[in-house]
Amino acid sequence: MTMLGDRQQLSYIASQAADARLNLELETEGMTLNIGPQHPATHGTLRIIARLDGEQVVWAEPACGYMHRGYEKLTEVRTFPQVTTLVNRIDWLGSFANEVPFILAAEKLMGVEAPTRAQYIRTILFELSRIANVSLFLGDLGVQLGAITPVFLAFRDREYVLNLIESATGGRFHPNFDRIGGLKDDLPAGWIDETRAVMKKLRSFCDQIEDLLFGNEIFQSRTRGIGVIPRDVALQYGLSGANLRASGVDWDLRRDQTLPMVWDKADWKVWTHPDGDSFARCWVRLQETRESTKIVDQLLGAIPSGPVMAKVPKIIKVPEGEAWVSTENPLGEMGYYVVSRGDLGPFRVKIRSASFNNISITPWLLRGVYVPDIVTILASLYFILGDIDR
Amino acid sequence: MPPKSPNGEVRQLSSSSETTTPVVDLEREQMLEAIELSLGDAFVDSHLKPGDDLWIRVRTDSWLGSVQKLRDHHSFDYFGFLSAIDWMPSPYGRGEDDPTEPAPVRDTTIRSGYAGGDTRMQVFIRLVNSKTHLGITVKVDVADSSPSVESLITIFAGANWHERETHEMFGIDFVGHNDLRNMYLPVDFEGHPLRKDFPLLARMVKPWPGIVDVEPLPGGDEEDSAEVKASAQSKDSDAS
Amino acid sequence: MIALLAEVPYWGQSLLRVLGGLVAVLLPAGTIVYVFLFKMMSFMQSRLGPMEAGPYGSMQLFAEVGKWLQKEDIVPDRADARIFKMAPVIVLVSTFLLVVVVPFGPEAWFTDFETGVFYALAVSSISVLGILIAGWSSANKYSLLGGLRAAGQLIAYELPMVLAVMGVVIQAGTMNLQKIVVAQNTGSMFGIDAIGHPYVISQFFGFIIFMIAIQAELTQAPFDMPIAESELVSGYMTEYSGFRFLIFFIGEFATAGVFAMIASVLFLGGWGVPFTWFGWTSVDDVANWMNFVGPLIMFTKMMLLVFIIMWIRFSYPRLREDQLQRFAWKGLIPVALINIMVTAILKVVF
Repeated sequence: MTMLGDRQQLSYIASQAADARLNLELETEGMTLNIGPQHPATHGTLRIIARLDGEQVVWAEPACGYMHRGYEKLTEVRTFPQVTTLVNRIDWLGSFANEVPFILAAEKLMGVEAPTRAQYIRTILFELSRIANVSLFLGDLGVQLGAITPVFLAFRDREYVLNLIESATGGRFHPNFDRIGGLKDDLPAGWIDETRAVMKKLRSFCDQIEDLLFGNEIFQSRTRGIGVIPRDVALQYGLSGANLRASGVDWDLRRDQTLPMVWDKADWKVWTHPDGDSFARCWVRLQETRESTKIVDQLLGAIPSGPVMAKVPKIIKVPEGEAWVSTENPLGEMGYYVVSRGDLGPFRVKIRSASFNNISITPWLLRGVYVPDIVTILASLYFILGDIDR
Repeated sequence: MPPKSPNGEVRQLSSSSETTTPVVDLEREQMLEAIELSLGDAFVDSHLKPGDDLWIRVRTDSWLGSVQKLRDHHSFDYFGFLSAIDWMPSPYGRGEDDPTEPAPVRDTTIRSGYAGGDTRMQVFIRLVNSKTHLGITVKVDVADSSPSVESLITIFAGANWHERETHEMFGIDFVGHNDLRNMYLPVDFEGHPLRKDFPLLARMVKPWPGIVDVEPLPGGDEEDSAEVKASAQSKDSDAS
Repeated sequence: MIALLAEVPYWGQSLLRVLGGLVAVLLPAGTIVYVFLFKMMSFMQSRLGPMEAGPYGSMQLFAEVGKWLQKEDIVPDRADARIFKMAPVIVLVSTFLLVVVVPFGPEAWFTDFETGVFYALAVSSISVLGILIAGWSSANKYSLLGGLRAAGQLIAYELPMVLAVMGVVIQAGTMNLQKIVVAQNTGSMFGIDAIGHPYVISQFFGFIIFMIAIQAELTQAPFDMPIAESELVSGYMTEYSGFRFLIFFIGEFATAGVFAMIASVLFLGGWGVPFTWFGWTSVDDVANWMNFVGPLIMFTKMMLLVFIIMWIRFSYPRLREDQLQRFAWKGLIPVALINIMVTAILKVVF
């Protein structure tokens, strides 16, 4: 320790006192913690900046953009059929579901409707991608909370679904199967029976997860009452999918709008939950997955024969106009606002992705919770980075 | 329980029938009338596609008031999204220009879409009625010289992030939003990428692979490469 | 055999004790890692686990040890280097100190303290220091959070552990671990000699509380807030790599083994089987071969208890630390206190 002169000592003490007073006035006693962008918990490169007071969050805010690929600009230099390759990669776990709203918007502008067989197969593949997506969510939910076993069951059972998608479309993760006017190919032989068998396995998987994870007292105490989103806040922020239904809003885009897809040909139920907490969101997704398997089973029995592609010109030029189509994707409401100028490619595509709205609520939601609850809430809101960042 | 479909609508989607019977969309027409009435002066234009969707355009200085009326009086309480459209066609076409040829001059006259428009850029939002599940797209013109509209965060809290993204992508200022940080782009990024005069840099840096041969093949097969260039150019003029 | 050993000079005996201690700690650690972490966890998760290194992956642990040993020794720039390096050693040393008091046979023990239980409980708290200073000295906010959580949790769960063991001590009437083993193997329950008097039956609640407290002391799920992989990356171990991480890793499983050994001594009868099976009446009667079979019996009982610990670890999600603290202070400690009261009353009455 150096010996400071009297004057220097006094000024040092005075500056310390000033700092202390400043610290008292601002409440900057807390610690700023960066969760991510590299972190085992976040589903990708999401960065959450949290100001902590001990273990409690004073404020937290996600900083997105680590995966921004500029899709809306890229669509402007593509032709309409090329956009499906781009769009597959937005929500990469349930990727067939991303293509569908865009294709439907283009078909709407062209005035073309896919033949019924194609509509059936589209709906079945859509539901399969939902099952693939949400079964990973159910496994990952355990890992976020510390239960390391369910995720392996989830991956094992998800492999069956991915094999199905691969045998039908050629791609496990990025099928790129939808075309304007129908589908690229017909189904392979034996696919329908195999799908039925896989749906049985998925149902038993859902039962297993319900027993193993949802019935667990620790899981319940970690998720009940955490991250409650009231109904009007959910509507204001534009939450969608299971997040909205878990807050008690009875709204499912498969049932509540008419699109050239065949969800109305199957008899299924929309699940809601009044609580709006993390448990409700997880529970609603579990029930929806089971419901999806039932939809697939019913539709499999009713696929009509016929062509899978309508008569569309070889070089597709979509007439001038604007169209908005949104569907109930695995993550929520995904929609495309397509502006066309009669060209080979779109003039502007606005991609409305579900996770963007779902995560925009986190600054409001994460105030006053504990650090472990951040992970629980993010896990229950369920986002994919590609969906947030596009 | 059989799923219910929206009531009071007559739909006709397929174009397979030769004679298209006129479709009547009572619900949307009534909604449009009510909106026109309540918005009054602020209402500028509209476009109704029966059985499909409704677009309206409102005056720029009454943006906040109009959206508030839509939320409060017409129960459009669900916030879909907020974004902008730049109606100027891109001077770079689709980025398929051959860098060895002089850049073609393209027509950049501004033509707006549904519900008209007087300016180059428009902000548009999508609102949905959570009870009847009917949606509406509301557009508003944004001045060319210093683009700005009022911010909607006091009405819809979810507009926060959407406005930040629109600001960084288009350069539109949202008055009343005091935290217009960049959403996706780095802090020091210059320019507004989604504007049409901002080129897609990937196509500037490396020419579009579809041009195939830009230089003559080694060995002097100049006729071959000229053929390829000619076919590529004809495709290009087809497209733009 | 004691006659043989008595002829070995003192330094030789000490050397043998050190070697024995190393074997007693590292052999269970290695077996636990292979059987439970590599194989049991994999089978529970419907996969096979390591299969390449050696037959059925048995050499995997050696491969991993080799891998960690040859890694670069990284100390973060702003970390307090001296304390950073000390922390893993403290954790492992407390395990070695703990094993010296565990009896493996009638004459196969390292030390025979009269206050063995007291010593064991005291020494087991030293690892808390190691974890705390690991968290602090890493100059990493995640480690700090993990270290602070560990401090609160480990101290909170020390109490139920001590109180649960009190019941056993009251029942046995001694703190000497060897005498506790003998008491269990020579006693009788319900008038039947053949099953001895394992305290797991008469001190059932104490056993449950002790097992829960061990689960928390080892920071295993559901009490693994300090590590909490999905939030804190690796908690207090985040900045450790190479052989320092190896020491933490071995320490974790070695401590699991040693705690299980202590639990089997206190509740399951330790190295012995009921003496009436062989007609022995006191520890001096016990045959010499028990010195070799005793460790094997102890090993089996230890593996059984570790199986339970690991099974729970792989199945349950983790408790949040305020729930964890509430569980300890409002749940376990009152039950443990009642257990002591009832034991004391019954001991006096009967």
